[in-house]
Amino acid sequence: MENSNSAVSLRNITKRFGATTANDHVTLDIRKGEILALLGENGSGKTTLMNMISGIYYPDEGQILINGKETVISSPKDAINLGIGMIHQHFKLVDVLTAAENIELGLGGKLNLKQTAKKIQEICSAYGFEVDPNQKVYDMSVSQKQTVEIVKVLYRGADILILDEPTAVLTPQETEKLFTVLRNMRDSGKAIVIITHKMHEVESISDRVAILRKGQYVGEKMTKDTNAQEMTNMMVGHTVALNIERPEPVSPKPRIEVKDLTVLDEEGIVKLDHVSFTAYSGEILGVAGISGCGQKELLEAIAGLQVTEPGSSISYITDDGQKEELIGKDPLEIQEMGVALSFVPEDRLGMGLVGSMDINDNMMLRSFRHGHTAFTDRKAPHEVAEQVVDELEVATPSLNTPVSRLSGGNVQKILVGREITTAPSVLLTAYAVRGLDINSSYTIYHLINEQKKQGVAVIYVGEDLDVLLELADRILVLCGGKVSGILPGRNAIKSQVGMMMTHMGGTKGDEK
Amino acid sequence: MFDFISFIPRAVVQGIPLLFGSTGETLSEKAGNLNLGIPGVMYTGGICGVIGAFLYEQSVPNKADIIPLFAILVPLLSCLLGSLLMGLIYCFLTVNLRANQNVTGLAMTTFGVGIGNFFGGSLIKLSGSAVPSIALSTTSSFFHAGLPFADDLGWFGKIFLSYGFLAYAAIAISLVTAYVLRRTRTGLHLRSIGESPATADAAGINVKKYKYVATCLGCMIAGLGGLYYVMDYASGVWSNNAFGDRGWLAIALVIFTIWRPNVGVLSSILFGGLYILHMYIPSGTNLAIKELYKMLPYVVTIVVLILTSTRKKREDQPPQSLGLPYFREER
Repeated sequence: MENSNSAVSLRNITKRFGATTANDHVTLDIRKGEILALLGENGSGKTTLMNMISGIYYPDEGQILINGKETVISSPKDAINLGIGMIHQHFKLVDVLTAAENIELGLGGKLNLKQTAKKIQEICSAYGFEVDPNQKVYDMSVSQKQTVEIVKVLYRGADILILDEPTAVLTPQETEKLFTVLRNMRDSGKAIVIITHKMHEVESISDRVAILRKGQYVGEKMTKDTNAQEMTNMMVGHTVALNIERPEPVSPKPRIEVKDLTVLDEEGIVKLDHVSFTAYSGEILGVAGISGCGQKELLEAIAGLQVTEPGSSISYITDDGQKEELIGKDPLEIQEMGVALSFVPEDRLGMGLVGSMDINDNMMLRSFRHGHTAFTDRKAPHEVAEQVVDELEVATPSLNTPVSRLSGGNVQKILVGREITTAPSVLLTAYAVRGLDINSSYTIYHLINEQKKQGVAVIYVGEDLDVLLELADRILVLCGGKVSGILPGRNAIKSQVGMMMTHMGGTKGDEK
Repeated sequence: MFDFISFIPRAVVQGIPLLFGSTGETLSEKAGNLNLGIPGVMYTGGICGVIGAFLYEQSVPNKADIIPLFAILVPLLSCLLGSLLMGLIYCFLTVNLRANQNVTGLAMTTFGVGIGNFFGGSLIKLSGSAVPSIALSTTSSFFHAGLPFADDLGWFGKIFLSYGFLAYAAIAISLVTAYVLRRTRTGLHLRSIGESPATADAAGINVKKYKYVATCLGCMIAGLGGLYYVMDYASGVWSNNAFGDRGWLAIALVIFTIWRPNVGVLSSILFGGLYILHMYIPSGTNLAIKELYKMLPYVVTIVVLILTSTRKKREDQPPQSLGLPYFREER
């Protein structure tokens, strides 16, 4: 009976990278007609394990059985031939190619992009996705890229589907569409594995959960027999409190005043349209909105990384009420004025960290200008690195490990940790917990709260509405580059915020 | 008065080796392999052709008995074989052993030029000629033969029909390469490897195979440039180091054409023209000015580099993974 229903059986799989053991004798079954959620903290080896099924990595020890037969998967090609499709955490897309070209990659036969485009449209209309086959990937937002990845797998068809954090950048609506697709696929007998850190998603989509901790298999549960608290405890190995504190702001003073901020992108399309608001010290201002509604531009404008249109004004207000205009200053000047803006970019490795440099050196990116001699001070950044790794429990072999070798969540911890240690007076964060496991996410929320208590004005762009409602003192909702409204966080209702994200002011008037 | 009717054919014959070289290099770069060994490969291609031709000419006692087909095939095949070997060495070092591509390429250039000069010198000694060069005029005459009716058509024949078959082959190869890169699945796969080998690999494309085939084919095409130079342009006369900096010019041409071999057809002629412009512009006795004119192709390349980088069009940028080794299990 054991193997009759198994699409993939992993037996004692071990994978090492140098001194670290990513997977330690993992035994796991993936069954047909079932959605399995694979849970674990960042760096617990979920992605590594799945990469061995999809042929990216080759196991050091152990066996893989596909449909009960022992199989050697030595390349992604082998995996594809076995009907295994994987949506990777980091997009596997070629930027200069169109969606259709990317979807066609690796397939056989004569290249006929018109036909491909037609087939893509069919898939999209069948499942309710939106993809322009002729759009270049570099012109796409992250959620569009993710949609292309999903359509790519559907286009190829797979019997065994692995999704590594597919919902990290999707809106709730898109996530729901994806889940409907997955449920249909499950009902037609396909085997599905999903990796996600969002507990409510695990509860809504999966039939069974399997949990990894530090590379080892901890156990499995039927989803209906467990709950978020129990799963989290299994992941972490001890009990974790799943609540976010929200202290009352202490003597809030205006810190950043944004007036009529207008930003156009390179093609002249309006990304931000006369945005005005004030951020107070000692307060967390949450920014909600569908991805691509100007959140990135807003933070970049404040950080001095965006060209703004005439008439826009962003002023920094010091404790004694003096206003200083930030527009027209470059990021370095903004820092030198005594205005510390800490910025966690949307694309953490792309803009925040240098992948090939180690943790010490990445900390130094913030501080290398300090000091009076031509030589850099290596000691201070080293201390910061030690502190961040220690406090945020970053899983790394050493401080000299290149950042790109760490798992995604650990990379994120280093970035957030570094930004916070610069002791800012204004902290800008975008998607600070994207890709982070639940335990680390709460660590980050706690860190942000600590900053708030110290009187920092925090502007927090988030995608998880539940968290925004628990964390933020006020919520600014963006809709298509305009301020749809500013709500007090303490009694905001999720559905109301969701409505304001899609319709200006939250009224369903102009729907077409 | 500027003499276009004599200038253009000379620009074309100057341009053809560059066209071969840049088409080959483009192919290699599209697979993510920045092959700076191209000058060495072209040089090796040239000397291998010379060795083949020399041996064949020596093996036939009477010059009248030389069979045209063999006189063409022997040097052609030796040239292709020589450049293929260079390509294989480069691929083994950079793809299998993941050696640094820049260093490997530069070493290949030094190596190729060394091989050329070594065998060139040996052959010159063997042939016992009084001047430090070998003349393979019989073989060259077959390579050099223009179309039969070229002479009857006046300026038209001179500008369009007066070249040896390799010149037309160069244009055909670059057009075919451009078509394959743009329109076919093979081209799509190749481009994706140059952009993001990890993506291509995950899509089930055999990255190593494509890198090998593209780079080796590229080397063979570039090698033909060396063969054309000796057999057609230089009329079968090999002397050491006469090839000059054409190999580097070919690499500059790749950037100039923004990685499009079809653009290379006219650009190579432009480069060829700029390369010899100094002979057509009266500069008196001041030789220094002539040297300045020789810089023109490089100046133009720099201008193009500036223009393409300010326009920031993603399609005009070099392949994203150019020069980077690929290892699937890299973390």
